[in-house]
Amino acid sequence: MAEGHATPGGADFDLTQFYEIFFEEAGENLDEMERILLCLDLASADDEDLNAIFRCAHSIKGGAATFGFSDVAELTHHMESLLDKLRRHELAPVPSMVDVLLQSSDMSRTLLARHQSGAQGEAPSTAALVQGISELAAGTELSQVSPRLAVASSVAALPPVLSQQKHESTVPAPKDTDSARQLKVVIGPLERPEAADAIKELFRDIPGLGDIKDALSEAQGTRCFSVITSSTDADLIDLFAFHVAKEQITIFDVSVARTAEVSAVLEEGYGFFPEAPGAPATVLSAAPHPSAQQSTALHQTASHQPLLSKPTVAVVAATPPAESTTIRVAVSKVDQLINLVGELVITQAMLAQNSHDLDPAKSQQLLAGLADLDRNTRDLQESVMSIRMIPMSIVFSRFPRMLRDLAAKLGKKVELITMGETTELDKGLVEKITDPLTHLVRNSGDHGIEMPAERLAKGKPEHGTITLAASHQGGSIVIEVRDDGRGLSREKILRKARERGMELPDNLPDSDVWQLIFAPGFSTADVVTDVSGRGVGLDVVKRNIASLNGTVEVDSSEGYGMRVAVRLPLTLAIMDGMSVGIGDEVYILPLSSVIESFQVNQKEVSTVAQGAQLIKVRDEYMPVISMEKTFQVPRGPEAASSDIMVVIESDGGRVALLVDELLGQQQVVVKNLESNYRKIPNISGATILGDGKVALILDAGSLVRRANRS
Amino acid sequence: MKNNLVKEVLITSKAREYLTFKLEQEEYGIDILKVQEIRGYESPTRIAHAPQFIKGVINLRGTIVPIVDLRIRFNCSKVDYNEFTVVVILNLKARIVGAVVDSVSDVIELSEEKIQDAPDIESAIGVDCITGLGSVDARMLILLDIEKMMSDNQMGLTSADC
Repeated sequence: MAEGHATPGGADFDLTQFYEIFFEEAGENLDEMERILLCLDLASADDEDLNAIFRCAHSIKGGAATFGFSDVAELTHHMESLLDKLRRHELAPVPSMVDVLLQSSDMSRTLLARHQSGAQGEAPSTAALVQGISELAAGTELSQVSPRLAVASSVAALPPVLSQQKHESTVPAPKDTDSARQLKVVIGPLERPEAADAIKELFRDIPGLGDIKDALSEAQGTRCFSVITSSTDADLIDLFAFHVAKEQITIFDVSVARTAEVSAVLEEGYGFFPEAPGAPATVLSAAPHPSAQQSTALHQTASHQPLLSKPTVAVVAATPPAESTTIRVAVSKVDQLINLVGELVITQAMLAQNSHDLDPAKSQQLLAGLADLDRNTRDLQESVMSIRMIPMSIVFSRFPRMLRDLAAKLGKKVELITMGETTELDKGLVEKITDPLTHLVRNSGDHGIEMPAERLAKGKPEHGTITLAASHQGGSIVIEVRDDGRGLSREKILRKARERGMELPDNLPDSDVWQLIFAPGFSTADVVTDVSGRGVGLDVVKRNIASLNGTVEVDSSEGYGMRVAVRLPLTLAIMDGMSVGIGDEVYILPLSSVIESFQVNQKEVSTVAQGAQLIKVRDEYMPVISMEKTFQVPRGPEAASSDIMVVIESDGGRVALLVDELLGQQQVVVKNLESNYRKIPNISGATILGDGKVALILDAGSLVRRANRS
Repeated sequence: MKNNLVKEVLITSKAREYLTFKLEQEEYGIDILKVQEIRGYESPTRIAHAPQFIKGVINLRGTIVPIVDLRIRFNCSKVDYNEFTVVVILNLKARIVGAVVDSVSDVIELSEEKIQDAPDIESAIGVDCITGLGSVDARMLILLDIEKMMSDNQMGLTSADC
């Protein structure tokens, strides 16, 4: 773990590779928020629900701020303010709040979708929504804002989009035809909606035209298709005119305008074209009159869609299914895959062994097949394993940019040092550890590191330092966030805790005091900023880590900084192991704890009171543990005694293990012993060797502690 | 009380299927629904300081499964491992465990009238782990509550006595 390198806070860094993760997370958070909002019982809202919604908004805000999507961050910041008052019971939830929050969540989705597609087109304005939220947060009941907010705000962004759209629908579009557009085609009103099926057939019959799918129809008697094509609207209308009248076809370009357009179309339809539909039916082919054609479209949509009072529904229907380049799969499925591949490797090894006796001349084809199988199995195993394992650098590399922005915003100077980035971590753990770590780093930057002037006055360097370090330790992965800032103040925490009504004795141990900062809603910050200070971060951190069976340790010294160590079990983590032989048995030592190994003469081992054994290694006496005795390894009478010492280190202590032989280094998948058996002393887990046998993994930490105790 | 419960279950389902196996001359039956598979014996990885009847752990398609030798647990005099030694993989509520037996004989259906309560006897296993005695032809079949037996503290499979 010595290969840490410093990354200055100002390093340029390509964050785009993490966008996808953020969009996925944000999508999930929005889904969750909507789900809870929709089933929220306003009369007696559950505290847990309110907290959950709040955390959703908070997570999105955090992510959006990290990636520089300021519009999303701003909107969610306002949502958060309102939600914070709700969960503190400073305001009672009313229906209009739910409406506004739902609209805000839709708006966040729209904004996110825009960023996801490369931020093309004009961003919808959030001003009206923000104002609505602020009014609610201030305690004033909304007068007329609520149901129309989304529409109003969308319309603000509309004019350029709509005019472009009108243009395209009538005149063959001069734009490049190579780029596929996503369109929504509404057919109707039809007497027989099935007629539209013929259109679908026709569309599919023409090769290279594109892709057509059924979409949710918004009104009775109409059919709706989602089409991806590079053809122009005019071409499509001509094609569809084989089956239905041209004026019954309406095409929306959803890839350009999406939600804004539909709402706006509805709005305009009411405003500008009050007459009965149908009149300009012939206009389209003869005289291209943009507004006329648009008007049919508008009427059809509008007259069949009394949805204006519920703009959210229209928005949802018009949003195309989000295209994703990744899939989320249950961890158990991947585990099953890994297990099956492990079996395959063993079977393959067995076949290879049995084929040695075959006559190469007679069984040439069989042997060639087995060689192929060997190669394919190896490749398969490698790919399957790589599904799960991710180096910590993926997580760590999120932070330089975040800290730079944070430092700039706060006027601080911060340097980030990362260590142990090559420590590999299970993907499941990486995903879940990212948010807590973000909170911790942000906390360090915001609360821990002092302003440059203050630091100089205290005799510290102007630059604050935040250190992120990952390592394997005693059967766990430990990720540390250290800063050299002002540290935790015992008095301040106790005072705050008492203000919140906690009964605490004065002589509470430090470690218990530090744990108080993980209480929900606890914050010692005097000002709530959009960075941190609401006291959400740490309770989420604790909760997330506890759900991974991990622990959080805090250590602090006021004025000198603080250290938060997140300790996670390494279930499923891959580990570099050193296999050692004792008698006929094989044990695995975590390579990271192995310092050195050497052959030893029994005379070099000295004893103390005929009991504990010590050996002098480079002028240092260290305890010797005989593995044979510790693990009761049976041994034939003729076998020689162990004569290889392996020096291991853990938690700063060292011991020498006496083993028979060193078998080699290999990567091992750590398996849990406790799921079917139980914890075994001095053993941190088990793994499966190449021959299918189980080997136990030694727990260096407990061996070292044991030696120093006895 | 327990036996009443067993009877109740049996009345509702009328007859149950049991996997029968032999430990020396004794014949035992366990609920077939608890049996996941039957395998040949392969030598497991020994675990230090474990009770004698826990032979170690094996790799069952990627899962680490402890192996309990029922013959040692039941104080059989002759315990040897050959190509006929069989491991019954049990899928219990909380865990998967392998049980070594001398041989697996049959799967039989037993209706409740063929099962009688176990008398209060002293044995290596608690009498409450025996749900009843079945009679098949002239032979006696000892019906085990394998779930209860394996989760017993004496089995050392749980961490309670670690």
